Amino acid sequence: MGDLDFDIAHLLAGGLVLVSFLLIYQDRLYALLNIYALHAGVLAASVAWQAHVQDAPHLYVTAALALGFKAVVIPVALHRIIVRLGIHREIEQVVGTGLTMLAGMGLVALAMVVMLRVTAEADPLAREDLAFALAVVLLGLLLMVTRRNAVSQVVGFMSLENGLILAAAGAKGMPLVVEISVAFSILIAFIVIGIFLFRIRERFDTVDIHALDRFRGERR
Amino acid sequence: MINPVAAMLAVPLCAAAILALLPGYRLSARANVVATALTLVSALSLLAVERPAPGPFLLIDDLNIVFVVLTAFVGFSTSVFSASYIGHEVETARLTSVHLRFYHAMYQVLMFAMNLALVANNIGLMWVAVELATLSTVLMVGIYRTHEALEAAWKYFILGSVGIALALFGTILVYMAALPVTAGGLDAMVWTALVASAHEFDPLLLSVAFVFLLLGYGTKIGLAPLHAWLPDAHAEGPTPISAVLSGLLLNVALYALLRFKMLLAANEEAIAPGPLMVAMGLTSLLFAAFMLYRRRDIKRMFGYSSIEHMGIITFAFGMGGPLANFAGLLHMTMHSLTKSAIFFAVGHIAQVKGTQKLADISGLTVTHPWLGWGLVVGVVAIAGLPPLGIFMSEFLVVSSTFTREPLLALVLVAGILIALGALMLRLGEVVFGAPRGRADPASASYVPMFAHLSLVLSAGIYLPPPLVAWFQNVARLLG
Repeated sequence: MGDLDFDIAHLLAGGLVLVSFLLIYQDRLYALLNIYALHAGVLAASVAWQAHVQDAPHLYVTAALALGFKAVVIPVALHRIIVRLGIHREIEQVVGTGLTMLAGMGLVALAMVVMLRVTAEADPLAREDLAFALAVVLLGLLLMVTRRNAVSQVVGFMSLENGLILAAAGAKGMPLVVEISVAFSILIAFIVIGIFLFRIRERFDTVDIHALDRFRGERR
Repeated sequence: MINPVAAMLAVPLCAAAILALLPGYRLSARANVVATALTLVSALSLLAVERPAPGPFLLIDDLNIVFVVLTAFVGFSTSVFSASYIGHEVETARLTSVHLRFYHAMYQVLMFAMNLALVANNIGLMWVAVELATLSTVLMVGIYRTHEALEAAWKYFILGSVGIALALFGTILVYMAALPVTAGGLDAMVWTALVASAHEFDPLLLSVAFVFLLLGYGTKIGLAPLHAWLPDAHAEGPTPISAVLSGLLLNVALYALLRFKMLLAANEEAIAPGPLMVAMGLTSLLFAAFMLYRRRDIKRMFGYSSIEHMGIITFAFGMGGPLANFAGLLHMTMHSLTKSAIFFAVGHIAQVKGTQKLADISGLTVTHPWLGWGLVVGVVAIAGLPPLGIFMSEFLVVSSTFTREPLLALVLVAGILIALGALMLRLGEVVFGAPRGRADPASASYVPMFAHLSLVLSAGIYLPPPLVAWFQNVARLLG
């Protein structure tokens, strides 16, 4: 493995973490979706590079899926949905941007410390990929817990899933990667259709006690 | 000679395709029963025929046969219950015929996914199967399309997705751990090959992988900090689905976790998975026991009771050793049978009373003696009173813990007693109070409910020696 191979893989995986940070502080849904498209694009490039380095042509399928489905179809569909739901002008209150960013940095540090320590014997390329992938997964979880809007939650889940695909592509010779990425795409398609059909706008937790009671089906 | 494993997977899959096309709910309800009966027959024939050698994708051993037979049996009796349950739902126009076609097809997809997860020898395939099972139940939980049902389905969806995402990360880490030792590729995901070479894996990596797997599959088991989806999904979906969720799907997730626990046990330097499972199990038990007191919805209440029992089962397997594992297996079997029987009763009770609110349900033994007394037996069983089967399995869990960790046993007993108090308190009002409110005549099939309850009762009195020997063997396998 040449140094260049490693550097480019490192750059792309690191880029994915950076784009995850960009996602965290977007308070407009349009901007969030655009950044997500970028996220999926970076993932596609990263997976394609892994396919090239590992000489594993089946990974190109995963890369193409990421580029076509996640970077184009899903953002476009979500754009149309938020217009139809009439929430495209809404500005979402992101709880304490600074605090969230600090928490994000803490999570990335945690991912690095944990993964680099436990994978000391693994191939350095896979090792870096795995550490970055865990960082992306944790940032996706952070995005999901700090948002109230169903669409932003789904974006959080999709960025989390991009991290998993990065990890799976980085694990050399892992079977079923393509199948797993297809399975995830189906899952995401279901979620998106679900939002549209059922017009889900908000996550179902709220400080409003009445809403909480009804939602538990236990109003007195 | 038909291969029973292939039949067990092919029957639900074909049935799903046929049921998606069949018009008329009476016909498809019957076809659903026939399909699950065929699945049960093929599952039972696994006991008789010679087992196929483990391949790269499928595996049959002593451990998963227990789960497969239990799944097929409860799947079959639930389909019988479902046939009488949905008739009422159609009459009251809560479900249309299109919904029912979808419902029956999804029921079979769920059976297929659970069977696949149980016989999978490949950890990637197992993950895909658990995901498929989650998806199909999400769709069924939301089938009533009420606001509450959609909220429940959405919550289940998001939490379930996060859970399976974490489980996938754990699976990838296990693969990474296997990579330096095995040749990579397909072999490094085959469970039997992994167990054989697990002692050479990097222990640190394997330990981290297990933490992810525990969180991921633990979400699906409904363990305490990750349980939030479970009561909603149980309360808002159709009752047959609540029965299958509690009785079967939680077990399937637990089975996946047990497979990975065996993997860790094969590596001496990795962290012991036991204490983690013990901690999560006890937390779930205590949490659910207290939560039982404030419930106003009957299906939610039994949802919390499932969290409680999954906590006890996870605790027992976490303790490990032949006796605790035996108790865990027995408790899991008894809980599946009892909880699904309770949901069979609750489903009809909610139909005749027109509500799920505990405050509006009263005096059932007077108005509907069969349902009322069925519920009494079920709740007495689930609360762990003698002479029913759960008493015996809980007694075994407690006594095996007392000899090893007396302090933990105290916590365990406290949790069980608190839950017992809550259940008895509610039971008294519901079945023995003065009759109130609506009391429509019940058009119910009581056979599945009493079949389950009599099995639980007979297991509490006498366990057949072959079954005991089988469970002991599995308990040794589990380590």
